[in-house]
Amino acid sequence: MRGGKHHILSVLVENRPGVLTRIAGLFARRGFNIYSLAVAPTDDERFSRITMVVDVQSAPLEQMVRQLDKLVNVIEITELAPDDAVARELLLVTVEARPDVRGQIIELVDVFEGRILNVGWDELMVSLEGDPTKLDDFEALLRPYGIVSLQRTGRVALPRITRRVPLTDVSAGADAESAEAEAS
Amino acid sequence: MSQKMSGGQALIKSLEMEGVDVIFGLPGGAILPVYDPIIDSPIRHILVRHEQGAGHMAEGYAHATGRPGVAMVTSGPAATNVVTPLCDAYMDSVPLVMITGQVPLAALGTDAFQECDTTGITIPVTKHNFLVTDAQDIPRIVREAFHIATTGRPGPVLIDVPKDIVDPKNPRSDMDWYWPESVDLPGYRPQVDPDPQLLRAAAELIVAAERPVIYAGGGILKARAAEALKDLAELCGIHVVTTLMARGAFPDDHELALGMPGMHGNYTAVTSMQQSDLLIALGSRFDDRVTGKVGGFAPGAKVIHVDIDPAELGKVRRPDVGIAGDVRLAIEGILRELHDLGGATAQPDRTAWRQQISGWQEKHPLTYQQSEPGELLKPQFVLETLRDNTPDDTIVASGVGQHQMWTSQYWKFNHPYTWVNSGGLGTMGFSVPAAIGAKVGRPDRMVWAVDGDGCFQMTAQELVTAASERIPVKIAILNNAYLGMVRQWQEMFYEERYSEVYLSPDLPDYKMWAEAMGCVGMRVESPEEVLPAIEKANAIDDRPVVIEFRTDAREKVYPMVPAGATNSEIIVDPSQGEGGR
Ligand SMILES: Cc1ncc(C[n+]2csc(CCOP(=O)(O)OP(=O)(O)O)c2C)c(N)n1
Ligand SMILES: [Mg+2]
Repeated sequence: MRGGKHHILSVLVENRPGVLTRIAGLFARRGFNIYSLAVAPTDDERFSRITMVVDVQSAPLEQMVRQLDKLVNVIEITELAPDDAVARELLLVTVEARPDVRGQIIELVDVFEGRILNVGWDELMVSLEGDPTKLDDFEALLRPYGIVSLQRTGRVALPRITRRVPLTDVSAGADAESAEAEAS
Repeated sequence: MSQKMSGGQALIKSLEMEGVDVIFGLPGGAILPVYDPIIDSPIRHILVRHEQGAGHMAEGYAHATGRPGVAMVTSGPAATNVVTPLCDAYMDSVPLVMITGQVPLAALGTDAFQECDTTGITIPVTKHNFLVTDAQDIPRIVREAFHIATTGRPGPVLIDVPKDIVDPKNPRSDMDWYWPESVDLPGYRPQVDPDPQLLRAAAELIVAAERPVIYAGGGILKARAAEALKDLAELCGIHVVTTLMARGAFPDDHELALGMPGMHGNYTAVTSMQQSDLLIALGSRFDDRVTGKVGGFAPGAKVIHVDIDPAELGKVRRPDVGIAGDVRLAIEGILRELHDLGGATAQPDRTAWRQQISGWQEKHPLTYQQSEPGELLKPQFVLETLRDNTPDDTIVASGVGQHQMWTSQYWKFNHPYTWVNSGGLGTMGFSVPAAIGAKVGRPDRMVWAVDGDGCFQMTAQELVTAASERIPVKIAILNNAYLGMVRQWQEMFYEERYSEVYLSPDLPDYKMWAEAMGCVGMRVESPEEVLPAIEKANAIDDRPVVIEFRTDAREKVYPMVPAGATNSEIIVDPSQGEGGR
């Protein structure tokens, strides 16, 4: 992520009332900045996963992690280095789209593999899911047409699946390599 | 085995299971159902006159005994009254369990009478807190609260208890008694065992150091590591500074003791750290009152830092060897490695360093001028007389201000757990209730509080508690008629513009006030009266005693490192000329 300023923390927490307050309060009182935040229960309903993008210019990452780790409701913290993680974000945007430019916008949506959700006489609503930088690019290209409203979700991320291939199983290795090429 | 009871009974029974022998508290509407079973419990309850007092008493009890202090108060204004002691305990890592009443669950969030978002307010000042929502959870939560308060880096834990789940008249309070065998907190696993490789690395740094200093903090006392610390210092012949929180962790009468470092530390303690080539920080946290301007702190020193809280490692100063873990286990591990490297014989010749240290000690001892006839008492003289005429293991509590610094400087702390004070938060009003709590925990010991006139006026009402409970604490008020520490800053840094610091020497009349509260009250104005008054106080064992000493307001605490300056800019007593190197 730009300038190495942002790091992704994937934080497994107990799914209890007030946990988010504890985390947000900790960041506020210690002057740590959160850039984006996504929270939802995991497949095990006792736990939630918080994906937070933190600004390490506000404080050393090590301090953030160690202070966060002291919260009793925080179970596990994983730092996802950008190169080792797959991150996704969702963007919803309503953009001005009079008939004379509508075709251009639809073309852009196609190129970015977005979806048109809603159409009016002079506006289009579009969704795009993907890598945050792809969303940035899309946003930048739409801006000149006039953005009416825009909402992004904040990042969710998981560690990239290991690329190591078991040496004994050559055929599986071939599969894994081709799958990898696709994923990038 | 399964026994039906109400949540309130379960709460008291859980405290009994935890071995609680005393609760400091004051009842009210929301906590009433928990107070009812206290009548039938062997646990002693001490009824305070203000909830802040309950919190500080619980802290004093914990400081003196090492066991968690317990306090219980009602909802709303009572809960807000304990925020100060909670924060105080949080800053000084004092194990505390605070129980607060709360409005019934159904009324939560409706601005009900005496409702207050207690868990919300106290998140930043507790190690953890709980809002109980089911009576059946009470034993588990109490067990977890004590576990969290007393393990890892100790601290205060609050349990907020809505009225309906403890009230036997409400079916919500029905529960089947059980006592959990163990705690299951997946997110709470303090790292106790130090990494052996780091212990080796620490030992290697020690044997290579020519000018090492041990920088012992309050963690030594929390980890009960005073013996281990002494072994380490003696094996290597390394001098020890004890921070304000660590006074007593290393005996002041030991030849390797350097006393207190920091803003009002003695010259040798401050300067030896400044000039050291290795700081061995054990259970200390590089607090700004110790380091002065961080950028100029001990510039030539490598750092070994041991702390139970990994977040302290590198928070202020990056260590060369940072060891997360229990400081007693870490010191014992380092000792094993040192023996492996050759023990005492592996230490380099540090004669020059030792000579330098004793040179500083000779040149810059703590000093003050005795009062001239007719002048007010010198506070240092009062403290020396008190120190020399009380048992060696006397427990001393203090308030916050000049009197606190003089007590820390002039007392000889030769035993752990004899110093009870508010370091991190600096809470005026701490000493009277803290001394009471300490005396409750250690009735076998003499307990003195050294208080300021300003501090005394903040929590003196707890002497009523002490008198009615027959807790014979002794209070020495150093009455300089001023908020003295603030006055000192105004004198030194605000061109003697004394803004709102004058209190008056005789309003209130401390002797009469003490007597009105059921204590013996005395007033001492001349040096000859000091010792007889102390001896009289020492002989009283059936009620609290207050001695008001009229002291000289002009007296300042030296040495002093001005705020924002480096420790090399230390200002010594004017009689010793210029400070610095
Ligand atoms: C609750 C609280 N309020 C204000 C302060 C700021 N403060 C620090 S020391 C001090 C003066 C204390 O006066 P006194 O108790 O008379 O002690 P002295 O310094 O005169 O020995 C003050 C106001 C504080 N530490 N705590
Ligand atoms: Mg005073």
